[in-house]
Amino acid sequence: APVIAAYRRPRERRPAEARARPGADATAIMPAVSKGDGMRGLAVFISDIRNCKSKEAEIKRINKELANIRSKFKGDKALDGYSKKKYVCKLLFIFLLGHDIDFGHMEAVNLLSSNKYTEKQIGYLFISVLVNSNSELIRLINNAIKNDLASRNPTFMCLALHCIANVGSREMGEAFAADIPRILVAGDSMDSVKQSAALCLLRLYKASPDLVPMGEWTARVVHLLNDQHMGVVTAAVSLITCLCKKNPDDFKTCVSLAVSRLSRIVSSASTDLQDYTYYFVPAPWLSVKLLRLLQCYPPPEDAAVKGRLVECLETVLNKAQEPPKSKKVQHSNAKNAILFETISLIIHYDSEPNLLVRACNQLGQFLQHRETNLRYLALESMCTLASSEFSHEAVKTHIDTVINALKTERDVSVRQRAADLLYAMCDRSNAKQIVSEMLRYLETADYAIREEIVLKVAILAEKYAVDYSWYVDTILNLIRIAGDYVSEEVWYRVLQIVTNRDDVQGYAAKTVFEALQAPACHENMVKVGGYILGEFGNLIAGDPRSSPPVQFSLLHSKFHLCSVATRALLLSTYIKFINLFPETKATIQGVLRAGSQLRNADVELQQRAVEYLTLSSVASTDVLATVLEEMPPFPERESSILAKLKRKKGPGAGSALDDSRRDPSSHDINGGVEPTPSTVSTPSPSADLLGLRAAPPPAAPPAPSGAGNLLVDVFSDSPAAQPGLGPSPEEAFLRFVCRNNGVLFENQLLQIGVKSEFRQNLGRMYLFYGNKTSVQFQNFSPTVVHPGDLQTHILSAWPSPAPPGLPVDGGAQVQQVLNIECLRDFLTPPLLSVRFRYGGAPQSLTLKLPVTINKFFQPTEMAAQDFFQRWKQLSLPQQEAQKIFKANHPMDAEVTKAKLLGFGSALLDNVDPNPENFVGAGIIQTKALQVGCLLRLEPNAQAQMYRLTLRTSKEPVSRHLCELLAQQF
Amino acid sequence: MQFMLLFSRQGKLRLQKWYVPLSDKEKKKITRELVQTVLARKPKMCSFLEWRDLKIVYKRYASLYFCCAIEDQDNELITLEIIHRYVELLDKYFGSVCELDIIFNFEKAYFILDEFLLGGEVQETSKKNVLKAIEQADLLQESKHLEGQTTLRWGK
Repeated sequence: APVIAAYRRPRERRPAEARARPGADATAIMPAVSKGDGMRGLAVFISDIRNCKSKEAEIKRINKELANIRSKFKGDKALDGYSKKKYVCKLLFIFLLGHDIDFGHMEAVNLLSSNKYTEKQIGYLFISVLVNSNSELIRLINNAIKNDLASRNPTFMCLALHCIANVGSREMGEAFAADIPRILVAGDSMDSVKQSAALCLLRLYKASPDLVPMGEWTARVVHLLNDQHMGVVTAAVSLITCLCKKNPDDFKTCVSLAVSRLSRIVSSASTDLQDYTYYFVPAPWLSVKLLRLLQCYPPPEDAAVKGRLVECLETVLNKAQEPPKSKKVQHSNAKNAILFETISLIIHYDSEPNLLVRACNQLGQFLQHRETNLRYLALESMCTLASSEFSHEAVKTHIDTVINALKTERDVSVRQRAADLLYAMCDRSNAKQIVSEMLRYLETADYAIREEIVLKVAILAEKYAVDYSWYVDTILNLIRIAGDYVSEEVWYRVLQIVTNRDDVQGYAAKTVFEALQAPACHENMVKVGGYILGEFGNLIAGDPRSSPPVQFSLLHSKFHLCSVATRALLLSTYIKFINLFPETKATIQGVLRAGSQLRNADVELQQRAVEYLTLSSVASTDVLATVLEEMPPFPERESSILAKLKRKKGPGAGSALDDSRRDPSSHDINGGVEPTPSTVSTPSPSADLLGLRAAPPPAAPPAPSGAGNLLVDVFSDSPAAQPGLGPSPEEAFLRFVCRNNGVLFENQLLQIGVKSEFRQNLGRMYLFYGNKTSVQFQNFSPTVVHPGDLQTHILSAWPSPAPPGLPVDGGAQVQQVLNIECLRDFLTPPLLSVRFRYGGAPQSLTLKLPVTINKFFQPTEMAAQDFFQRWKQLSLPQQEAQKIFKANHPMDAEVTKAKLLGFGSALLDNVDPNPENFVGAGIIQTKALQVGCLLRLEPNAQAQMYRLTLRTSKEPVSRHLCELLAQQF
Repeated sequence: MQFMLLFSRQGKLRLQKWYVPLSDKEKKKITRELVQTVLARKPKMCSFLEWRDLKIVYKRYASLYFCCAIEDQDNELITLEIIHRYVELLDKYFGSVCELDIIFNFEKAYFILDEFLLGGEVQETSKKNVLKAIEQADLLQESKHLEGQTTLRWGK
């Protein structure tokens, strides 16, 4: 493009860098143009640095300069402003080169109060770049800023605002967050001041939202959308977009204002907006920002506003078809930036089929555009369109172009987008084609994205499998093509599915048997093969080509090349063979007895060999058959692969799959493997999959090859432990009322798991902190807080002093034990406060510890007669608490029972004359006293309501238990 | 926008602007990683790439790479034009800008950027308005310049 070409013009007038030689006249080595005030000393210094031949020379020159500056700053002679500015600027330069600077801050702060603009400006720049948490300085800096903000000199005010925005620290927020809204909406503020104030406030709000209280000014900020000055509007929209996300109601009038502003811009001629027109595109930045703002809200309800907006969106789509007004890439970029943002808004609304299909067609054109950037963005944007029911079919029509992109794009990031889009557009109709294309791509795919492609193929194959032989073939192909990238989740999953579906077991056995014939096959293939033949080898044993001895020798031929984990698995296969095929018993016992097994240096292998050998010798055939029985079906739960992909890509990555509304049939056919919200669970790759835990003691549990997954392991029995971003802390807390183990908290960085046990008035809680990132957490310090006088009611403390401020490595998990003692009845739980630094930024969170009064319940069995007698004894009105509420979950008697038991009370049968009702009793144990509790829960299935009644000997306890329990159904 | 980096073809950092709080160590790590990633890319490749949970938008002008990190929801193309507008501003101010101008007048490059972008958001898109603010500052200092200084000055 011409403009860029202009920048590449040879520059004759500029002195060649080669002219800058040490010792040459200083004036000659400076650039020919020095704008504003040239600081000659600075230019000389920069030249010197550039002339340094080595890193050492550079450091030497810098040290010399630092010494010089230090002596000037310390010297007796007072420095004039110019010198101070020059030296501060040199220090800044040195810092920006990557060296540490530990002095000069005071001189920079002095510059702030200079009344010479450039001195002040350099002072502010230094402060912005090198903020120091020295509190004394912060106070001085804030003072200078305060003076400049009050100066009524717009240039000074802007400098001060820029500084606050650049630093954005909490201290500055505390000092100025209250003033800036006033400056922003003051009638007499200059436009430039308003602009800076808006963005300054935005930065402070992002850093510490609590410091920026909404108020009377918010309404006036919204009206800045009507401001005559386009720059003011541009700055204000960013602020409003950020504020309205947390306070949508306070700002909802911005929708109609934004629509009318947008409409005026979109319909203006290409030169109407003068300097705000960019390469014949009117106000592209403002347009994009307005479209972003609108994406914070649902479609406008007011018909007139909505009509005007739809008109705007149509105009943008129409303009995309008009011939360009300029050939410059800036013109098309600006125009298309608006177009893509418009399409994002259309997708966000997801309610206008006509617009969605038009958007899709437009993106379709871009898929074949000669600009790589546009192809990339079209692929990316189409991914979201694919998940809309209105445009899914339209997206699918581009399948050939996308497959072609996967094959021919030269840029890996574009190919990755193509793979993402294929994944998003996949459904039953095109699954076979897409999976086979992705498999083909895998053979040449870049290493960086192979694992992701493997996961995607595995998920699609499972999700859209009509016959499971295709699924098995696909996974085995995956292992063949990219065995190294097939994670445990993938091969565990194929085993789960084969185990659960008897129609595919014979085929799977035959296929792995064939795959194992290959002279060099991947170790993952040996694992899958070993497991499947151990379970289902009998299904192909009738064929002499795969008779039991042949199966065994095939597997055993791979044994010596495999890792310990795989060999351990194969030993389990062998003992299963002894049960399946008695004729192999002698051979296998021979193998187990061999010195290389019985005296293996690896404890796990040795133990298995010893135990299996003994088991096979002492157990009768019947016992052996029971112990080594085929694995029972696995409980249905979310595909562990899907969970892994979500972890890799963050929440929403699996959306194309979760979104089954456009493909309702999938529930029927693949229902068994469909994730359903109620059974979502963290996968448990090492706990039960290899199955020997079902066997009695002789069989040791297999060595978990994914030993890093401890956290996952711990929670395998907790169906509420959601992968990805879990429920809100409050929801998570409530889930713990009826259970003791699970995930208490999870975000992008951190997972906190809990395992706890209670007895009488004592409890012990294990807290597991998992660092989900690859970066170390510093100063990781969890503490327990007992607000108010809670400590007189309940004690929660680390048994030994908790080590303060530990580092937690990326991917690592640390564990803590907490001892709990209930002294008296209590209503509010203690708090867990966790602080640490992640990438330098302090993080803190406070959670309720899942310790509620019912944890100290001791169930009490009693006969109907006793129950009614006690019930009557507790008949004072304040002893009873009752709640009638709507069912929030399906009304299932078994689930209800489990919850009541989890709550801690005994369940008493044959007490209530109505068998649908539940009656329970228990005693809450505290150190000071015991509280007897009786409860009754009456479901009404027709009305989908419950009535819950609690009677206890202590009034607040009745109410509290009633509230806790009512939230569980 | 989370940050903007300017670096040369040799990987020398010429300007860095951070709009999110990060430690110096983390900044250096990010810079090293990104400079390496971007320099390794071939000329015809697309200007966007995914990096950690951010999107990187970059463009090369002569010997300098301009590289911005934006968030997931941000618009890549308009970011590309943010870069271009910044280049235009530098060009107009220095008169056909080159890398040397940015090295020797780095403070000006920062001042211009602050007028254009603040807190990671576009503050003023009008070229006239941005340059007016900067030149006013230059004038302010020219007229009040210090007595007795004999710096060589080249007129504009």
